[in-house]
Amino acid sequence: MSFLKKSPWIIHYDGSSCNGCDIEVLACLTPMYDVERFGIINIGNPKHADVLIITGAVNSQNASVIKTIYHQMGDPKVVLAVGICAASGNFFRDCYNIKGGVDTVIPVDIYVPGCAARPEAIIDGVVAVLKLLEEKTKK
Amino acid sequence: MKALLGIFGFVIFAPLAGGILCGLDRIVTARMQGRYGPPVLQSFYDVLKLFQKQNLVVNRFHGYFLFCFLIFLIISGSILYAGDDFLMVVFALTVADMFLVMAAYSTNSPYSFIGAQRELLQMLAVEPMLLITGIGFYLAAGSFDIGHIVSVGKPLIFKMPGIFFGLVYVLTIKIRKSPFDLSTSHHAHQEIVKGLTTEFAGPTLALVEIAHWYETILMLSFVFLFFASQPVVGILLAILIYFIEIIIDNTNARVKWQFTLKSSWIVTLLFGGINLFILYILK
Repeated sequence: MSFLKKSPWIIHYDGSSCNGCDIEVLACLTPMYDVERFGIINIGNPKHADVLIITGAVNSQNASVIKTIYHQMGDPKVVLAVGICAASGNFFRDCYNIKGGVDTVIPVDIYVPGCAARPEAIIDGVVAVLKLLEEKTKK
Repeated sequence: MKALLGIFGFVIFAPLAGGILCGLDRIVTARMQGRYGPPVLQSFYDVLKLFQKQNLVVNRFHGYFLFCFLIFLIISGSILYAGDDFLMVVFALTVADMFLVMAAYSTNSPYSFIGAQRELLQMLAVEPMLLITGIGFYLAAGSFDIGHIVSVGKPLIFKMPGIFFGLVYVLTIKIRKSPFDLSTSHHAHQEIVKGLTTEFAGPTLALVEIAHWYETILMLSFVFLFFASQPVVGILLAILIYFIEIIIDNTNARVKWQFTLKSSWIVTLLFGGINLFILYILK
């Protein structure tokens, strides 16, 4: 049995987000949504984390940072791109400094749409991640 | 035979009780913050998950150091539950902590280094009070032997209230609660506050968690010793003290190390020292 499903620890990285999605990610931890009910903790340390949540598009400065965080995480791990910017770069994608969505740098498992992504959608994304984590543990 | 039973009981039941206590801690903390909180068994899920994760090893010794940390904590608790010498319990506890510090130093990370240095400071803050507690037991009960301390008719709290207060004060440092969770914090905090444990991942972090359960039970057993002649009252009061620690944890901001060291030494000297002096005169 996989216990990853029961205690996914999250690290949240802000790409070049406008802070809209960041605030919604943090809202999940507040009394209103309280994701700790499901054992989800915002741990902030890549070595302890199981889920990497990235908000905002990737720019040329933070691409290496995202890669480092991703490689510091122990297996099994999943990546969750929150918001439309993290998915495709949105209307920033033609900017001179923007590389595009998170998947231009690291493999992304789940995309959560929205501008900004609503907390319900983020929780829904994390639930989808849990199923994926269980599959990855079995491998 | 009784000693063996005590050791066996501690090794098996301390992590179970410690884990449930930590789960309750998280629920109570969540309720205090207006949240619902995780299930009671959440700490066990966390540890079992950590064992399923990849073990990222920075230095080939850090796993061994953490294993020694856990083993010496178990030895320390076993000495207590076997009814042996109280001073040996304190010394074994110090050795355990030394291994934790060495594990943190072995990882070569600045965050771990700061955590390790703060852990050393915390040891400096806690040790005098633990030793005074031991000497207090000797003066009040006439022996360092825990078997003897437990068999004293009247609760020792009446003879050593000052020492009890001092011990509860340093207990906050020992079970890693705010405002004294400098080296590493038990709750989900980030970056520098994770200190010592920053570089531990997967199974090695699980060892730290299990050690924390043992440590919590061991420290609450120290509290219990003050009420040992009334076991039921003792257990209830130990739980009450833990509850008070949760309240302190939730209502206090983290302080600087200077304040931690100074205040704990002042409390140790004032309450512990004076209590010890009175015990010595009355003897």
